[in-house]
Amino acid sequence: METLKKEKTASTKQVTKKISGAEAIIHCLLAEGVDLIYGYPGGAIMPLYDELYKFQDKLTHILTRHEQGATHAAQGYARVTGKVGVAVATSGPGATNLITGIADAQIDSTPMVCITGQVARHLLGSDAFQETDIIGISTPVTKWNCQVTKASEIPEVLAKAFYIARSGRPGPVLVDITKNAQIDEFDFSYEHCTGVRSYKPYPKPNIKAIEEAANLINAAKKPFIVFGQGVILGQAEEQLKALVEKAGIPAAWTILGLSAMDTEHPLNVGMVGMHGNYGPNLLTNECDVLIAIGMRFDDRVTGNLDTYAKQAKIIHFDIDPAEINKNVKADVAVLGDSKVTLDLLLPMIKNNTHESWHNEFKKKHVIEFEQIIKNDVYPTKDKLTMAEVIEEINIASGHKAIIVSDVGQHQMIACRYAKFKQTKSNVTSGGLGTMGFALPAAIGAKMGAMDREVVAIIGDGGYQMTIQELGTIFQNKTPVKIVVLNNDHLGMVRQWQELFFESRYASTVMVNPDFVKIAEGYHIESKRISERKDLKATIKEMLASKDAYFLEVKVEKEDNVFPMIPSGASVSDIRLK
Amino acid sequence: MEKKWFTISVYSENSVGLLNRISGIFLKRHINIESLNVSKSEIDHVSKFTIVVYTTEDWVRNIVGQVEKQIEVIKAFYHTDEETIYQESALFKVASTLLFDERNIQNIIKDSNSQIVTVSREFFVLAKTGRRNEIDEMYQQLKPYGIMQFVRSGRIAVTKSEMKISSLLKEFNQ
Ligand SMILES: Cc1ncc(C[n+]2csc(CCOP(=O)(O)OP(=O)(O)O)c2C)c(N)n1
Repeated sequence: METLKKEKTASTKQVTKKISGAEAIIHCLLAEGVDLIYGYPGGAIMPLYDELYKFQDKLTHILTRHEQGATHAAQGYARVTGKVGVAVATSGPGATNLITGIADAQIDSTPMVCITGQVARHLLGSDAFQETDIIGISTPVTKWNCQVTKASEIPEVLAKAFYIARSGRPGPVLVDITKNAQIDEFDFSYEHCTGVRSYKPYPKPNIKAIEEAANLINAAKKPFIVFGQGVILGQAEEQLKALVEKAGIPAAWTILGLSAMDTEHPLNVGMVGMHGNYGPNLLTNECDVLIAIGMRFDDRVTGNLDTYAKQAKIIHFDIDPAEINKNVKADVAVLGDSKVTLDLLLPMIKNNTHESWHNEFKKKHVIEFEQIIKNDVYPTKDKLTMAEVIEEINIASGHKAIIVSDVGQHQMIACRYAKFKQTKSNVTSGGLGTMGFALPAAIGAKMGAMDREVVAIIGDGGYQMTIQELGTIFQNKTPVKIVVLNNDHLGMVRQWQELFFESRYASTVMVNPDFVKIAEGYHIESKRISERKDLKATIKEMLASKDAYFLEVKVEKEDNVFPMIPSGASVSDIRLK
Repeated sequence: MEKKWFTISVYSENSVGLLNRISGIFLKRHINIESLNVSKSEIDHVSKFTIVVYTTEDWVRNIVGQVEKQIEVIKAFYHTDEETIYQESALFKVASTLLFDERNIQNIIKDSNSQIVTVSREFFVLAKTGRRNEIDEMYQQLKPYGIMQFVRSGRIAVTKSEMKISSLLKEFNQ
């Protein structure tokens, strides 16, 4: 019985002569519309690299400086384009170096296909040189994985891999290909995969559930929307905006939902979660209907579940049935692609404004502005703050840049204060919180959106986790703008130590190298500033540059990010200091 | 929420790595698999996992959601003991001398409804199919006489209600 649906399309390849498995991989990638991949060569993947050499006019391979960088670059590319990112590595250490990026892509639903070389079939299980059980290792962090030991299996497995990576709730897929399968020749033909029997990526929308959702929304006095990346992945930005405007509902975002809606939209009330905005967090526990769209109630968003939105009816829109009732019980669950379900919902929604409810958010914003935002963005103290740097970038880029942030205080500040007009503009490691993500992800983001400004915001700690990717930037002349907000500490951990461990700064003080000299070593234009008077002009200069640019900003060493919901506390217990 | 026994039935494609994927879902949540059986199902080329867990309904629902999410899983269900017909099998290897020397052994065989599978000069083997408590009871009865080897299978179960796999598969082929 057939378990796959296949389709011949215009790009379906039929090569008449026998070709090697390695060449077949190239034809599969081209047929899937891939023209850019990231990777690192080694013994077990050399046949593929030999073909990449021959096909370099059709398929660009970017040599990163570490396989982890290849995965993050592929992720950055996928996040700004919506296409599948591809990363390639050799067996053994090459393959294991991919794991962090794969885990990151899994938890942040990023479409990615990783291809690893493997020792030849007859050596499997013999502890051969650079043999590692990458299928076993990657199983818990992949949407799907598969080992190929015969050349003739390559087209079907890769077609299935791309289909699974991009459909439904996207995610990473790993295909492990033994060396003999890359070398052996076979009659190649390619058909796209359009269905897998045991896999239903797009649940059929249930009209009754949508009607129930509409009734709840129409009757609500204090409705509140929280949207996540599901809106971006489902390309439902227009539908979200229409819903917000028609029903007059204040809407807040999770860190991965950021940029799905113009940050300046009057009904966009900011970020939820641990370092989110005051109003959206507090009022989560005052709304009467909470409409969650394409988000998964992560613990960094909800705080203590026992005190999370207990007063509200919950409507949960999601494409993944396993997310429904996982953390928060839904009164109404609407399964399906966000664009499809919101399109069905919209005609049932009555016009409304909810002005006094919206005013509650404005009042809370005034409190947050007076106590936090003002001091962050318009500081009066000597030392520079992270937020004023972000604000200068907002001004100089006209809210049009793609911001790629790493993990830590600078990430929270970047996400709190960066302004966006356009979707798919905020690239950050949300679910996994992977330090070292931003520099390689910015390379992928830039290559995926050459017409846009890409600014990486990185801490001095995370920067040194993947700093070697400066080599990739240099070699490929990738014009990314790199801003290191240097507080000479692992700031976010230091903040927790200050607040919850009586300021015992265990291993969070960083003695840093001369970052400007390092960038210069890679022939990247670079500058260091530490004074406010230099900020505006330098940011302008950086954005005006046609090439890569490195900027180190020395900021206050012991600033804290507020508001903050201490881990395990209720959203109502959000602290302003 | 109260803990109960649940039988999870998983219909899947016949795929090598799937057992690993499924067991990982339990491992991650520290939920012990009390028994596991993998076999063919009523549909050609479709496998069936029967997994028994002792946990709360919230957890079992969550797990079944995660299991069903795996690409090669066609459908997963969970049922309580009342909703299923279930059995386990056990084999007892016992010294043959007992069969002749101990009158009570013959009573145990008769009362427990077990079968003699084989008899040799040294040992004989009893097979018992039934609920776990019945097998445990027989074990306790035989124990004083000496059990040379004992093994019990995982639970196998069918449900009283329908599990509509065939129609699901038909839908795909349309
Ligand atoms: C790979 C990895 N290791 C450790 C952590 C834990 N961690 C989270 S934030 C942080 C500090 C980050 O410091 P830095 O990059 O300097 O940024 P800052 O917080 O100072 O802005 C650490 C160590 C992590 N998220 N990722």
